[in-house]
Amino acid sequence: MFTFAIKRFAVAIPTLFILITLSFFLMQMAPGSPFTGDFNMPPEILANLEAKYHLNEPLWKQFAYYLSDLLHGDLGPSFKYKDYTVNELVAQSFPVSLTIGSIAFVITVIMGVGLGTLAALKQNSWVDYTVMTFSMVGVVLPSFVIAPLMVLAFAVVLPWLPAGGWNDGSWQNMVLPVAAMAILYVAAVARIMRSSMIETMNSNFIRTARAKGLPNSHIIFKHALKPSLLPVVSYLGPAFVGIITGSVVIETVFGLPGIGQHFVNGALNRDYSLVLGLTVIIGALTILFTAIVDILYGLIDPKIRVGR
Amino acid sequence: MKKPSKALKLAGIPALTLAAAIAATTASAAIVPAGTQLSDVQEITRGNGAEPASLDPQKVEGTPGSRVTRDMFEGLVTQDLEGNTIPAQAESWNVSADNKVFTFKLRKDAVWSNGEPVTAGDFVFAFQRAVDPVTASNYAWYMKIPTIINASNIIAGKAPVDSLGVKAVDDKTFQVTLEKAVPYFIKMLAHQTTFPVPKKVVEKFGADWTKAENIVSNGAFVMDKWVVNERIVLKRNTKYWNDKETVLDQVTFLPIASQTAELNRYKAGELDLTNEISSKHFVSLQKEIPGEIKITPQLGTYYYEFNTQVKPFDDVRVRKALSYAINRDAITKSITKKGELPAYAFTPEAVAGFTPPATDYSLMTQKERNKKAKELLEAAGYNKSNPLKLNLLYNTSESHKDVAVAVSYMWKSLGVQTTLENQEWKTFLDTKNEGKFEVSRAGWIGDYNEPSTMLDLKTTGHGNNDGKWYNKRYDQIMAESRLVSSDEKRVALYEEAEKILAEEMPIAPIYQYVTHRMVKPWVGGYTTKNVEDNIYSRDLYIKKH
Repeated sequence: MFTFAIKRFAVAIPTLFILITLSFFLMQMAPGSPFTGDFNMPPEILANLEAKYHLNEPLWKQFAYYLSDLLHGDLGPSFKYKDYTVNELVAQSFPVSLTIGSIAFVITVIMGVGLGTLAALKQNSWVDYTVMTFSMVGVVLPSFVIAPLMVLAFAVVLPWLPAGGWNDGSWQNMVLPVAAMAILYVAAVARIMRSSMIETMNSNFIRTARAKGLPNSHIIFKHALKPSLLPVVSYLGPAFVGIITGSVVIETVFGLPGIGQHFVNGALNRDYSLVLGLTVIIGALTILFTAIVDILYGLIDPKIRVGR
Repeated sequence: MKKPSKALKLAGIPALTLAAAIAATTASAAIVPAGTQLSDVQEITRGNGAEPASLDPQKVEGTPGSRVTRDMFEGLVTQDLEGNTIPAQAESWNVSADNKVFTFKLRKDAVWSNGEPVTAGDFVFAFQRAVDPVTASNYAWYMKIPTIINASNIIAGKAPVDSLGVKAVDDKTFQVTLEKAVPYFIKMLAHQTTFPVPKKVVEKFGADWTKAENIVSNGAFVMDKWVVNERIVLKRNTKYWNDKETVLDQVTFLPIASQTAELNRYKAGELDLTNEISSKHFVSLQKEIPGEIKITPQLGTYYYEFNTQVKPFDDVRVRKALSYAINRDAITKSITKKGELPAYAFTPEAVAGFTPPATDYSLMTQKERNKKAKELLEAAGYNKSNPLKLNLLYNTSESHKDVAVAVSYMWKSLGVQTTLENQEWKTFLDTKNEGKFEVSRAGWIGDYNEPSTMLDLKTTGHGNNDGKWYNKRYDQIMAESRLVSSDEKRVALYEEAEKILAEEMPIAPIYQYVTHRMVKPWVGGYTTKNVEDNIYSRDLYIKKH
């Protein structure tokens, strides 16, 4: 296990480096700059701005500055939000996305796995059809349709919950965004879980268990569940990073101060440092969680245990 | 010789006594009509459109930031409900005979929210900061317009910052010296770039001074909380010199970019004022709640710009033909629909002290214009067998697309074949800047209420003259307008400038902007007369509901 972690780490560093390098230069290739706006600034004012952010220096030098700051944990000043550094923006927005995402994730695991298992065990019954219909709707309807509909229904027509805002993380403000986010993933997980469970239930070792006369619940929880979870884990592992780093649609619709909004606005504003900083963070998290998935794989299925 | 204080005249009360003048200054506060029952909770929530790029007065860019800074800070002058300039931190000022030296007397009771007095030194510090290359303010150019001594040189790094033409004569006397007599200088001082900042606080906290835990301000409100992309909460500043006439205790700004999301939150009762109204909801809102729709003429024009450096748009006949063929009435009545006025001049009618002159094509009927357009285009060598083909560029947006489609249809009747091209905002700006366009959508909102804020755009070398149209006489007129002291002469010059624009048609004005927003019926003090859309929260109050 230890050597596995070391190996993973050794691969992660160059991967991240390539990611940063590519993002850094691609970002610069986009037309426009952080300072283009509807007013075309006189050249001397533009020069002052560029000097302040080192944009007047050769690209390789800018890249070197960036890497050196990054090694010190400094993601640099935001080009757009002049009163903030990228570190500050991340510190303010990440907890929001993380909270919403983590709750949505827990709901996804419990409901997705539960509903999927239920549908598989009651295959071709009304339970199965209901779950699969719900799941079809959840998968097909994009969040930019579901989220505004939820606001209309539960905040405007029925004034039960706030239509938006974070309000320092009050539970009322979390209900709708968490639900809007979870629906999509619950639907997907339920589908994956169902087909995987059906497959497992039809396999030889379950037949053997049945032949031995084991009780049904024992068969399901002790023998069938674990192997059925494998495809769910491989789906949720990478998806987890996406969930906790925020969805721009959900954050825009519900006015949440999370990371998703920063990512998209950062790109539109050509806020080089903000976009790069978020790329680094999301990249690092993705690498980390892919590794965790690999470890989980081993725990669930001894056949593919790593490090041996 | 010194002229008497101009403050009184600007406040719109030329012949009153000093006592009356002081009473009149209270216009910079909520005017609650007698008999109005106020709500027990004086809190308001305003839609702000986007997250401010900064709340540092010298670094603010864009409307969202300027709205919040106008509530937190106060400059030498401010505006009343009708947009007139009135005294604020300066209680009066003297102007030298040559109109170049302005001496401001600061109010004795002007203090920062930490209780320390606002001094002339704070103003000196702020003005210097605005031009200091180290600050790298996007708005540094704003200090060049009134030609404050050495402003241009300092920005260009050719002179030290302390050589700027500003001086603290004593703690409460601030003096500005201009290179040229710029007649609208006082008016420009209601803009946030010229607001004072607390020198000691800025020096102590550096870039962090605008954070809620550090900031100190001198306006009617002071910051309480700032959550990027969610809200900015301001609390009443009890140290504000006119706090006794402020009614609101709390102002919250929400940076909601999506118009649909904003409207939902308005309907859910989470917002009292929206930032704007989306076109797709406007008609239905007009049926449902017409009383809550507030429309104000705005200091801005929507127009199409011709790239005069590429053929055939170097031919004035082509430019005129295309401009004449645009049915502006149809666009304002059927497409924009929010009460916009058709535009035949670059300067909008909303501007103070100037009415754009009637030009020959503004007086024709659309039928006559169409006929004339056909003639002009034929004279330029375009007809059915040799149709004019052009590319119309606009930045990606539903409303720009609607106008572009309509205009291309209008041009089609001239036999013109239009290709529409949309680009993402920054790409669009880059393309225009590099001159890689034929005809492009454009729009301009004035920075101060004076025709030059529009007309300067078409001068040679102006950064936003993307069509690269140059006219010697036009440049002369705009240079001269800065030097004449008589208002009448200046108006005559502006009229001539507009006539040149109509004759040369480097741009085709389309409509005059309006601001549009939803306002809850219980909000008092909302004005529809400030054409710069400067809605100061200190003027607002909440009625019992």
